[in-house]
Amino acid sequence: MTDKISVDVFKRLVDLASLELPEGESEYLRKELNNQMVSVEVLESIPVDAETGTAAHGIPYTAMNSPVPREDVTRQDPHREDILKQAPELEDGYIVVPDISHEELD
Amino acid sequence: MKTYYLPAYAIADLIKTRQISAVEVLEETLERVRDVDGRVGQVDASQAQSKEDLSSVHAFTTLADEHARGQAEKIDQMVKAGESPGPLAGVPYTAKDIFTVKGIPATAGSKILSNYVAPYTATAVERMETAGAVMIGKVNLDEFTYGSSSESSALKPVPRNPWDTSRVTGGSSGGSAAAVAAGEGAISLGTDTGGSIRQPAAFCGTVGLKPTYGRVSRYGLIAFGSSLDCPGPLARNVTDAALVLQAIAGEDPRDNTAAVVPVPDYLAELEKDIRGLRIGLSEEFFRVTYFDADTGELKENPIDGEIKDAVLSVAGFLAQLGADIVIDVPLPHTKYGIPTYFVISRVEASSNLLRYDGVKYGFRTEQPFEDLRELYRKTRGAAFGVEPKLRMLMGIYLSAAQFDKGYYQRALKARALIRSDFETIFDPKGNYRLDALLTPTTPTTAFPIGGVYGDSVLMQYSDQLTVTTNHAGIPGLSIPVGFDKKGLPIGAQFLGPDYSEGLLLRVGRAFEKVTANEEWRNRRPPLLPAND
Repeated sequence: MTDKISVDVFKRLVDLASLELPEGESEYLRKELNNQMVSVEVLESIPVDAETGTAAHGIPYTAMNSPVPREDVTRQDPHREDILKQAPELEDGYIVVPDISHEELD
Repeated sequence: MKTYYLPAYAIADLIKTRQISAVEVLEETLERVRDVDGRVGQVDASQAQSKEDLSSVHAFTTLADEHARGQAEKIDQMVKAGESPGPLAGVPYTAKDIFTVKGIPATAGSKILSNYVAPYTATAVERMETAGAVMIGKVNLDEFTYGSSSESSALKPVPRNPWDTSRVTGGSSGGSAAAVAAGEGAISLGTDTGGSIRQPAAFCGTVGLKPTYGRVSRYGLIAFGSSLDCPGPLARNVTDAALVLQAIAGEDPRDNTAAVVPVPDYLAELEKDIRGLRIGLSEEFFRVTYFDADTGELKENPIDGEIKDAVLSVAGFLAQLGADIVIDVPLPHTKYGIPTYFVISRVEASSNLLRYDGVKYGFRTEQPFEDLRELYRKTRGAAFGVEPKLRMLMGIYLSAAQFDKGYYQRALKARALIRSDFETIFDPKGNYRLDALLTPTTPTTAFPIGGVYGDSVLMQYSDQLTVTTNHAGIPGLSIPVGFDKKGLPIGAQFLGPDYSEGLLLRVGRAFEKVTANEEWRNRRPPLLPAND
């Protein structure tokens, strides 16, 4: 059985997920992903065509059961201080971030 | 008699009639927690090892005793002043640690949120408070709800099944089910994305209700699969589950998927008879698919005979009460439930997990870093466990344009077919015209701790009888229906059309009444003294 997720594809996925994996974790994760793909492949056998609809929630949302959208208004959040103090590093009410790296996109 | 194992409705009555105070009930419950729960789950703590550890429940991640005392005192003051304290007055309950409660840690069972204190409160929790319930703490779960045994939590020790503490509680609302079964609160709020209320309820011998998608607001939940997540109650009896749903259901301007559908009077429905209701049985729910790790193949087997017999016995009781049992109901797309779930839930999970970055809140790496990208990688690599990592990687693989093989679109179509199966059997003008479908909740009873964990495919397949409910968005009620020869609880579930919670609760209540004198109804987890 050929692995759907090769070592190279796995490395790309890890990069896209912004993960630095602890030593020894990669092989386990890749093996499990490939095992999961055995199940996902079952979907290939479902008789679907362009006419088969899709379901986003299972239950349909119509004008009858959907709330009216809220008014788009700005307001001061009452929890501003509580929210800000969760940040690992703050300065004068701003969240501090390290240098933002830049790379050329493919 | 101790109050900690009384039904919620009985506790509320005792408090409202001033036979006992809310503070007294709370203190008895907290004492119960101290007696049976053992160490509270913590990040980087050791797994259960000592004899005491191995025989404790370990449901909790945070004990909110001071918060609870404040709420209980408020209820007592209202009673004293002759004010209405609410239908759940003074009832102690727990919330799965995926609900936010202002000022209380919300960990989601993950190291990445281990230092997060919620600045706001979930709608369901707010509504429980309005109904008079007293939240005594947060309970453990699979990390970010990703799992079916609660073993993936980063907060150790993980919960243990009160009926046999060598076995799992199920998951992901394992702490909720264990707490309720062990008398640590009369009720618990859980969430169900692929079976996470019903499966642990079945494993721990409690009632668990997954409402219709959108029946209960998701505001204040830490998100997993946003098109699947449903908050709902776990309780020791059907009436208590109805009371909780009554309190938490309904539209919410803070959640655009909370449906604008009137909330019926669930309690008024409860005691009605079930004569003439059409209850279906489907062969698709009496066989199971499992992953053979040795061969790498999916195989199919009949379900555990003891579970099948227990479910058929439920059908027998319902027939005695005048229900029409309809057999051989076809649900041909049931077998696609888990493959579809592998796609949809992973894509949604990976999207929801991108927000955890070590910048805005939560854990930040202690290792040195040069720039923002390195901060992200080191923080996320160190603070997510293997389950979130698997879900992110799979979600990206299945949805990123560069790898796209059309799996996501195909899964959405499979979801529509699964939904269509249920619409067909519940169609009032169709061939089957069912009011409800009766199925086993789980393919097995609670498995040993460590017995499945690590095999992510086999673990996922333990949800195969619950997951199609989530795809379809319909409600499901799991109730205890007996025990296997090992003394472990067996659960059966009733599934119904959209917003049919009232009818499902009524059928569950009818079963409770007709089996009230059965021997198994008097059993208690070994942790509970017989005279309590």
